[in-house]
Amino acid sequence: MGRKLLTEHINVEGIDTFEVYRKHGGYRSVEKALKTMTPDEVVEEVKKSGLRGRGGAGFPTGLKWSFLAKPEGVPRYLVCNADESEPGTFKDRQLMSKLPHLLIEGMITSSYALGANTSYIYIRGELLYVLRILEKAIAEAYAAGFLGKNILGSGYDLDLYVHPGGGAYICGEETALLESLEGKRGNPRNKPPFPAVQGLYARPTVVNNVESIAAVPVIVNDGGDEYAKIGVGKSTGTKLISACGHLNKPGIYEIELGVPVEEFIYSDEYCGGIWKGRDLKAVVAGGSSVPILPKELILKTAAGENRLMTYESLSDGGFVTGTMLGSGGFIAMDETTCIVRNTWNFSRFYHHESCGQCSPCREGTGWLEKILHRLEHGHGNERDIDVLASVAKQIEGNTICPLGEAAAWPVSAAIRHFRDEFEWHIRHPQEATRPGAVYPGKAVLA
Amino acid sequence: MAKITFDGIEVDVPDGTTILNAARTIGGGIVPPAMCYYTPLKGSGGKCRACLVRVAAGSAKDPRPMPKLVASCVTPVQDGMVVENTTSEQVLNVRKGIVEMLLINHPLDCPVCDQAGECDLQNFAFEHGVSTTRYEEERRTFEKIDIGPLIQLHMTRCILCYRCVYTADQLTEKRVHGVLGRGDAAEIGTYIENIIDNEFSGNVIDVCPVGALTDKTFRFKQRVWFTKPVNAHRDCENPKCCGKVVLWYKGKDVLRVTARKDQYGEVKEWICNTCRFDKKETSDWTLEGPAHIDRSSVISANHYELPVLNAQVIADLPESSVRDLEQNPPMRLGN
Repeated sequence: MGRKLLTEHINVEGIDTFEVYRKHGGYRSVEKALKTMTPDEVVEEVKKSGLRGRGGAGFPTGLKWSFLAKPEGVPRYLVCNADESEPGTFKDRQLMSKLPHLLIEGMITSSYALGANTSYIYIRGELLYVLRILEKAIAEAYAAGFLGKNILGSGYDLDLYVHPGGGAYICGEETALLESLEGKRGNPRNKPPFPAVQGLYARPTVVNNVESIAAVPVIVNDGGDEYAKIGVGKSTGTKLISACGHLNKPGIYEIELGVPVEEFIYSDEYCGGIWKGRDLKAVVAGGSSVPILPKELILKTAAGENRLMTYESLSDGGFVTGTMLGSGGFIAMDETTCIVRNTWNFSRFYHHESCGQCSPCREGTGWLEKILHRLEHGHGNERDIDVLASVAKQIEGNTICPLGEAAAWPVSAAIRHFRDEFEWHIRHPQEATRPGAVYPGKAVLA
Repeated sequence: MAKITFDGIEVDVPDGTTILNAARTIGGGIVPPAMCYYTPLKGSGGKCRACLVRVAAGSAKDPRPMPKLVASCVTPVQDGMVVENTTSEQVLNVRKGIVEMLLINHPLDCPVCDQAGECDLQNFAFEHGVSTTRYEEERRTFEKIDIGPLIQLHMTRCILCYRCVYTADQLTEKRVHGVLGRGDAAEIGTYIENIIDNEFSGNVIDVCPVGALTDKTFRFKQRVWFTKPVNAHRDCENPKCCGKVVLWYKGKDVLRVTARKDQYGEVKEWICNTCRFDKKETSDWTLEGPAHIDRSSVISANHYELPVLNAQVIADLPESSVRDLEQNPPMRLGN
């Protein structure tokens, strides 16, 4: 059984209230940081921990913090990205609704480390009930003197606000989030300048995922070195994985990074295998935007090694035979799943969520969806697969923000590994569009 | 100052200059195309991705290449940067892709579009695109929105460059139009069918790179290449209006009035709606002479202008002519 660092007390009755949370060791990191550490020492601990951004990109958090520009007399901001909306990812919602004080504690400690006196939690618009939970918790923290002026007599001031978005996936992109927080249309900005130099209100800003910030109290309490002992190589600590799809026990699991994928899917401690006794067909390992992998490649790398739940192991083989850990949205598909339909569904999402600012993504996502829609409904033709692959390639890397890539990768990967199934849809449209039709062949291994 | 190498040509530019503007100081065929960037409009650029270039070396300090192509219109130069535009196969291929993306939902109604002949998208597609299409799906269309008696909005032709939004933001007190909706359903419009009524609203026609915003008073009157552009000015009462315009003649009639554009199609000095829509008599204006039209434009086919001379290569040029040329230098042949 792996250690639980974030979710140890998640099922304690009343843990969402200040008293119970405090009784279980809550806010210790705030006391430790504000009373015994300088901000730079906190940053140093986070660097030592090797914590990597939990929002998807996996960029080292400590390094990101050290990039923050610190000009004299200019306010800095910490913004927590709680706009979790990647299909397949639902870890932050659970963390915030069950353990609101953990996030707030992390926000206080992190803001202190960065020297921010005003911090924001930008929460997805659909999560209004979570917003209320957070606001109640923030009010409790103010009342207990952990927020506001002169926290714990240390002379450090912090105001914390929760801001709901309008429910747009694009506002999970950090610069679109900042635009939205400023009250503008959520369009991603051109980079450079990066938020660390010119972020919110053109001030230096750090944007971190909920789970990254929630890990900071643990790191400060136990020390960065202790945290770094968990995990494998450069993937340290624990990670929340939201497992869904055709699993016996879907749900949110806190794993120590380095658990083999096979164990994660089949062991009773985690997902308990594929439902209804069926066989696994494919896995999307890190939220809908990462490349899909067939069973053979998700369990073992192309070199035949066991694949582990780490940033490195999952991306072993690049995009030819690998994928990404991403945000930890683990979607498993059994042998009856139609990959074309699934890819169309993902494409439909990105078509709907593209902000429409830059042309490859605005036009390309629509094009992908329309072709996939035709294929799935039995109106495909022989050229479509190549057009799909080529349009995906035209979007990838040429857009302002990563949404373009997020839209292109699932399509490219599905064609790479399941080309036969696409061809079957084109050549046998009547058979393929029959309700409940299952592709009889096997996946193509790259 | 920063020294950069653009397509093998070295150039010194001030720090903070964008790659595109550095290329424009070199000029000629190596300048990346720009569909959304507009020098006088702060904040514009980065959207159409037509100007993507490859940065082969980031700077003298860090000579690694940049991992992705960058939008040259918004990326500032670094000392020692090496940029590839026309010399990079990858850039040219991506640009073909961008043309394709911009055209898949464009109605391609150039035969009935007033912008034809001076349309940036037409030029861009002609220079960088391919002549066939792979798009078989239904094209996206929009409901017509009436935005007032002077400006025609034809949203289906729009490429969402946001130029008109920035224009209204920076020229007028209150912007009443903007981008509504998201993704490929995003459209330029006014909230609850408002009309755009502002003394400087007409400038959105000039900044529009395509035929999405056209002059209602000029609609369907003439193809632009059958009209003759003449520079003219008047003392405009409006202090924000420069009063310098181009009159587009057909015979004796002024069919339309526009602001003056430079070789990259950019208006540097704005004009008011009175000059644009109300002063359509020759007697309203002081004429200066034929406006310069780039030779690559179809409008130049039917156009005369001052002779292009190079004083150095003509040995026996009379002194008066030399003086004359110095005072009124002939305009350079474009590109």
